[in-house]
This record gives sequence, C-alpha cells and structure tokens, in this order.
Amino acid sequence: MNAIYILWLRELKRYSRSRSRMIGSLGQPILFLFALGFGLGPVFQRAGQGNYFQFLGPGVIAMSILFTAIFGGIQVIWDKQFGFLKETLVAPVPRWQIMLGKTFGGATIAVLQGVVVLILATIFGFRPELGLLVLALTFMLLIALFFTGLGISIASVLADINGFQIIMNFLVQPVFFLSGALFPLNNLPKVISNITAVDPLTYGVDGIRGTLTGASHFGLAIDITVLLILVMIILTIGATLFSRIEA
Amino acid sequence: MPDAIVEVSHLTKRFGDFTAVNDVSFSVARGQIFAFLGPNGAGKSTTIKILTTLLNPTAGEITLNGFDALHDKDNARKSFGIVFQDQSLDDELTAYENMEFHAVLYGINTEVRKKNIHELLVLVELWDRKDSLVKTFSGGMKRRLEIARGLLHHPKIFFLDEPTQGLDPQTRNHIWHYVKNLSEEKGVTIFFTTHYLEEAQEYAQRIAIMDHGNIITEGTLEDILKKTGEKTLEAAFLKLTGSDIREESASSLEAMRRHRQMRGH
Repeated sequence: MNAIYILWLRELKRYSRSRSRMIGSLGQPILFLFALGFGLGPVFQRAGQGNYFQFLGPGVIAMSILFTAIFGGIQVIWDKQFGFLKETLVAPVPRWQIMLGKTFGGATIAVLQGVVVLILATIFGFRPELGLLVLALTFMLLIALFFTGLGISIASVLADINGFQIIMNFLVQPVFFLSGALFPLNNLPKVISNITAVDPLTYGVDGIRGTLTGASHFGLAIDITVLLILVMIILTIGATLFSRIEA
Repeated sequence: MPDAIVEVSHLTKRFGDFTAVNDVSFSVARGQIFAFLGPNGAGKSTTIKILTTLLNPTAGEITLNGFDALHDKDNARKSFGIVFQDQSLDDELTAYENMEFHAVLYGINTEVRKKNIHELLVLVELWDRKDSLVKTFSGGMKRRLEIARGLLHHPKIFFLDEPTQGLDPQTRNHIWHYVKNLSEEKGVTIFFTTHYLEEAQEYAQRIAIMDHGNIITEGTLEDILKKTGEKTLEAAFLKLTGSDIREESASSLEAMRRHRQMRGH
C-alpha cells in the first residue's frame, strides 16, 4: 500500500512544481465560459432554457476534469520515453499497485482542477447550490478516476507519443462534445441521443449538474451507478494492460 | 557452477521471425565482476532486459540469487539493483525524493531508509545537492545518483548497462572506484556492459562476448587473449566479432528495430 501512496505523492509533487501546467490547463475552460457563455447565452435564454452559465458551468467543470485526467494518464508514455517507468517496473511491487497509485494521483489533480474551474465559473455568473457539494465532488472524482484510468490504459499499449493526436481528435474531443456538457439532452435527434447515452462523460456532467443546480436528466442514482461500474471496469482493464508492459 | 548467483540456461528471445537471443546459457559466480560485451545489436540489451524481469523470454530459465526470475519475480527483483543504459530518474523530483521513492517501493522502513540514503548520497558526493531537482544535474551527477539509488536496497547483484557511456574520464574513474569497492568490500556481484573495452580489460574478472544472439566467447581476460593470440581485449574483440561484417548487419538490424517500433512492439 505504501507503493500506491508514494506514486500518488509523486504525481502531486510533479503537478505542484509545474506552474505552466497549472495555468495552461485553465485557458480552455476560461475560453469556453467566456465565448460560449456570453456568445450563446442570449439564444439559450430566448429559447426558454434560462441562464446559460448555470447550464454551462457543470459542463466546463467536467471538461477540465476530462482533459486533465486523460493527460495525467497519458503521461505514462512520457515515463516510458524518458526512462523513469523502468524504475517502477523492476521494483518488487505488484504492477496493479503502481497503476492504482498513478491513477489516484492523476485523478486527485483532475479533481483539484475541477474545483478551481468551479470557483472560476462563479466569477462568470454560475451560481451553484452547495447543499450537495460532497456528492458533486464524488461525481468529479468518479469521472477523474475513469478518464485517468482510460489514459493509462491507452498509454500502456501505445509505443510512443505519435498516437496521441489521434486519441485527442477521435476520442477525447468527441467524448466532450457529445456529453451534454454544452447542450441539453432533451429533444435531441435519435442518433445524437443514442451517442450521448453511451458517452461516459454524459453521466458525469449530468451528476455534477444535478448536484450543483438541481437539474438532472437521468437522475443521480443512475448517474452514480453507471459511473461506479465504469470506474471498476476501467481500473481492471488498466491494471491488466499496465501489468503487461514490457520495456 | 557451484556458487553461481546468476544462472541463465537456454535463453531464447524472438521478435517475430527475428531471433535476438539464441539459446544462450551462462552463469556468474557470486562476488564476481562480470563483463558482458558485444557490438550494438548483438542481443546484450535484450538479455539484460530479460534478466532484470523487464521482458519475458520466448524460452529458457533464469535464476537470480537462487530465485526463479520468471516466476518468483518479486524476490528476484529484490536481489538486484540496476543502472539502466538510459537515464531513469524523475527530473522533476529532487535527488533525495528520487532516493525516497525507490526506498518506499522496495519496502525499506523509515529509519533504515534515512540512514541508507544519507550514506549513499555521501558516497557518491551528492549529499550537499540532495534537495536540488534532478533536472539541474549534469550527466555525471545523474549517473552517480542512479548508482546510489540502485544500491539503496542492498542488492546482491548490481547490473550496470553502459554505466560510463558519455561521461568524462574523471567521472568514469570515480564510478569505477565505487564499483570496485562495492565488489571488494561488500561482495556485491557486478554485471556490466560497456563499449569501452579497456574498462572490461581492467576491471572484469570474467568476460563474455555476445554476437548475433549467441555467446561466442566466455572466460578470463587471459583465456580470451590466449585463444585469439592478441595482446589487448579490443584486438581480440575485433578479431572475434569482425569489423567489416558489423556495419552491414548493424544497419539491417537497425531497420528491423525501426520496423518493430512502428508496429509498437
């Protein structure tokens, strides 16, 4: 268990020392809040959907967690390329513990990032209800765990960073745009509606939105159940793939 | 060999239809300084990766310090320390934190940890830089830190894969000084590779030369010199591995390796 802790600690130390990573990762959420919030807000209002910031806030929080978590997981490729991974691979520690430590570290950072974006969103006019804050943080943690685990799983099978762009364009971006982070899930065309239903992030966005604004599409019980199951599955897959890495 | 600490028998590794290591058997006696030589692409690195549990062999058996390295990996892993050919420190952590990380992974308790880290960082003359981030270190300092880290859990076998590559003569000298002491005072078995053949000539008690996936010669320096009728290890090495053929096979091997990387193996 000490191995899990030291790997978690390593991720946090690295993160806290990387100012540019911290600040850089806030650029995208601010842009989305600013451009979409002010740009689409009036249309959203006229369509009778209320204040768009209230809707968009949870979506942008989920977005920042998604990107931070995937990046955190994918870092395993950098560890592979810069050699540090070997140090952990020859250690007398079960590989699944190393994988879990990295996942918890990456997920913790992603949640912290989500909290910072939550605070930022209030500056733009997002007004969360804080009664279910703990539950909201739980949802944030679940999507953070899922996507860090996914990042590590992908990194375990990729040989180098060349595949990274493909992952970003064909996996991460679609997962974000089709999650209901930016638009309501009611009255969607059937195709889009089906896609959003199989997008893991949808349940995270819905859960965060439900706990912070009271407006949930699926209901919090379904959201949390789906996410819990997905997290278990991805951690199992990730631990298996990570254990198979050969240097 | 009666007191062998490393025993390799019929080791084979294939990548697709390319055989990197071909039915190799050898052993290293406890406490010995053993040089594992060969031109690039001979199969040395693949063999070391298999010995250190980073890569699974296609066939064969390995015993490290009495433990089956293929099935009892954790005990085998505790038995050796390694300095990899490429740098394997975390640049964003301090020297001390890199040591601490290693100690925790190897299950060394807090008290022993502090004592060992202090002792080793003093040994490699990095104690006064213990709180500096590794990314501010020179190549030689990083190498010394890796040596200290590899010794932290008091391994019985120490693998050094080209430990002096790219270092200036002063640092190389220093490193060999530690390594020699380690062997003499602590009885640690040293298993090293190098392209600087004069290092093998000076420090190795036994030498194996690998080429094209096979061990082509094994013995003491005297054995090898006598067998080849040469005066230096370098001359013997060139005689055994040939200087012309090398270029051709190295380039085809390079192509094969690139191909492998593309396919993601």
